[in-house]
Amino acid sequence: MAEHILLRHRDIPNIDRLEVYRQQGGFEAFQKAVASLTPDAVTDIVKASGLRGRGGAGFPTGMKWSFTDRKNWPHYVVCNADESEPGTFKDREILTGNPFQLLEGVAIASYAVGARVAYIYLRGEFWPIARELDKRIAELEAAGLLGDKLFGTEYSLRIYTHLGAGAYICGEETALLESIEGKLGQPRLRPPFPPAVGLFGKPTVINNTETLANVPLILQRGAEWFRSFGTEKSPGVKIFSLSGCVNRPGNYELPLGTTFRELIMGRGGGIAYGHKIKAIMPAGNSSSLIVATDEALNTPMDYESVPKLGAQLGSASVIVIDDSVDIPWLINKTVHFFRHESCGKCTPCREGTYWMSQLTERIAAGHATAEDVALLKAVAGQIKGKCFCALGEFSIEAVLSGMDRFKDDFEAKVSSYE
Amino acid sequence: MMMLKDTYSAEIEATLAKYPPENKRAAVMPLLHLAQRENGYVTKSALYEIADLCGVAVTEVASIMGFYTLYHDQPGGKYRLQVCTDLPCALRGANEFLEQLCANVGVKVGETTADGMITIEAVTCLAGCNKAPMFQVQTGEGLEYYENQTVESAVALINDLVKR
Ligand SMILES: Cc1cc2nc3c(=O)[nH]c(=O)nc-3n(C[C@H](O)[C@H](O)[C@H](O)COP(=O)(O)O)c2cc1C
Ligand code: SF4
Ligand code: FES
Repeated sequence: MAEHILLRHRDIPNIDRLEVYRQQGGFEAFQKAVASLTPDAVTDIVKASGLRGRGGAGFPTGMKWSFTDRKNWPHYVVCNADESEPGTFKDREILTGNPFQLLEGVAIASYAVGARVAYIYLRGEFWPIARELDKRIAELEAAGLLGDKLFGTEYSLRIYTHLGAGAYICGEETALLESIEGKLGQPRLRPPFPPAVGLFGKPTVINNTETLANVPLILQRGAEWFRSFGTEKSPGVKIFSLSGCVNRPGNYELPLGTTFRELIMGRGGGIAYGHKIKAIMPAGNSSSLIVATDEALNTPMDYESVPKLGAQLGSASVIVIDDSVDIPWLINKTVHFFRHESCGKCTPCREGTYWMSQLTERIAAGHATAEDVALLKAVAGQIKGKCFCALGEFSIEAVLSGMDRFKDDFEAKVSSYE
Repeated sequence: MMMLKDTYSAEIEATLAKYPPENKRAAVMPLLHLAQRENGYVTKSALYEIADLCGVAVTEVASIMGFYTLYHDQPGGKYRLQVCTDLPCALRGANEFLEQLCANVGVKVGETTADGMITIEAVTCLAGCNKAPMFQVQTGEGLEYYENQTVESAVALINDLVKR
């Protein structure tokens, strides 16, 4: 097995201790950046690496950093550790297993955009993890790696943790900013985007935990090294969170462009209990349902290939569905989640997820007529393209793709009732 | 009346210092967490005190509490056992696990045992999907995850918690 780049705690025992992390060259990249590189030079290296955001949208990270408005100060960096998408459990492993690499990534990003304060926003359930991070930040301050006038320069940096309190929508970057500001976690109108107007009205770069954990090694080993993994358009490795009906669920760090088959049948040990694979959801609960044909299984998991299957790579939280699973039951589950998590700000999402959940409940229970199924499709159609943020759009992905691609499952439900 | 300021003045200072002085409101959520740690839920008086510390109206603090599911304005069981039943966990038997656990303990989902010790709830994804069935136990002081559970292991844990 190749050495891990992100899940390095699996190769190097005790890398969650500062002295061990430093023995591995930890914080040399940050020191080098602050002491001898300009912020723009750091951003250019990240741009050249082709690193794309791992939080779902795959936006080029270096480009995002370069958008920070230089006429408006101070700047902030926010690390998104809200990790609440059902099927996603990769950031939690980084935060607990390899926390100093993340902290160094936050520090380097902060230097690159001129931020002197950075926040790590963790979901409320990660309270014990936040407490550990606070201790580690204190260690870094004691070691002179964070704090005032770092490495004999004028650059100062403080990192703080901030805890959410149970709201999926706070993973959306502008709702997250509202939440730090002590408000309801409801999205803001965009544009302006956070690099122009973000936290406390100031330019802010928000990146996912996994995205930032890539940064120290990119600086240490170079953009070319990073590009030696993955594909032309999706360079690097990705942590795939594999869950559902597989023998070995878990996090797998693999090059982008690895096929679904390699992940599910190879690493994941195939389908459990002798069942056959039926569907794949590559982006957690927010995903379209992919019919698990041979062609689909042979598709590379990267930002450019997955859309050809009518889905998105998203956070690469691969949920495997076997042939014992009833698709109406499944979409009732996904819709129930979105109904629960809708922030209530806009009508199509708030009302639409409510009506969809009423209908999917009935359909899943086998108490629905063909009209109910048609109505479900109509309601989903009313939500599509009309929501204030992406949560509403996510709520119909499994519904519409499920109804379209697994018609038999719905017909069986309805005809057995009529 | 018990004031948070009397017991936690250093922690409150440190929390306020994390944010720009003109944005004290940002301390509302951390202070709610702090208040909840004290009693397992946020008392009325803590609500007023936090509003005062952060310079916002009491109703605004209350609406923040209402929006976020981890804050409680009512005392629950001493231990809130929260089982994830979202899709990935459900594919690995989380619904059956929850049902059997409730039957074993003699409560329905959302209810508290007669001795006031244990509340069993169903919650959304906790980022432990590969280790289902799983749940978290929320107490005043914090949170703990329990993964790869069976009904037997969960019942044993509950018996243990009740004795603590
Ligand atoms: C409803 C919703 C939930 C989201 N949840 C998360 C999350 O839990 N973690 C995350 O990093 N990004 C999440 N995102 C994406 C963020 O809005 C944002 O794009 C991301 O943090 C940017 O970081 P990146 O460029 O490094 O990917 C979510 C987006 C939406 C619309
Ligand atoms: S789409 Fe849903 S989550 Fe997004 S703003 Fe509207 S109601 Fe809130
Ligand atoms: S779905 Fe249960 S922990 Fe993620």
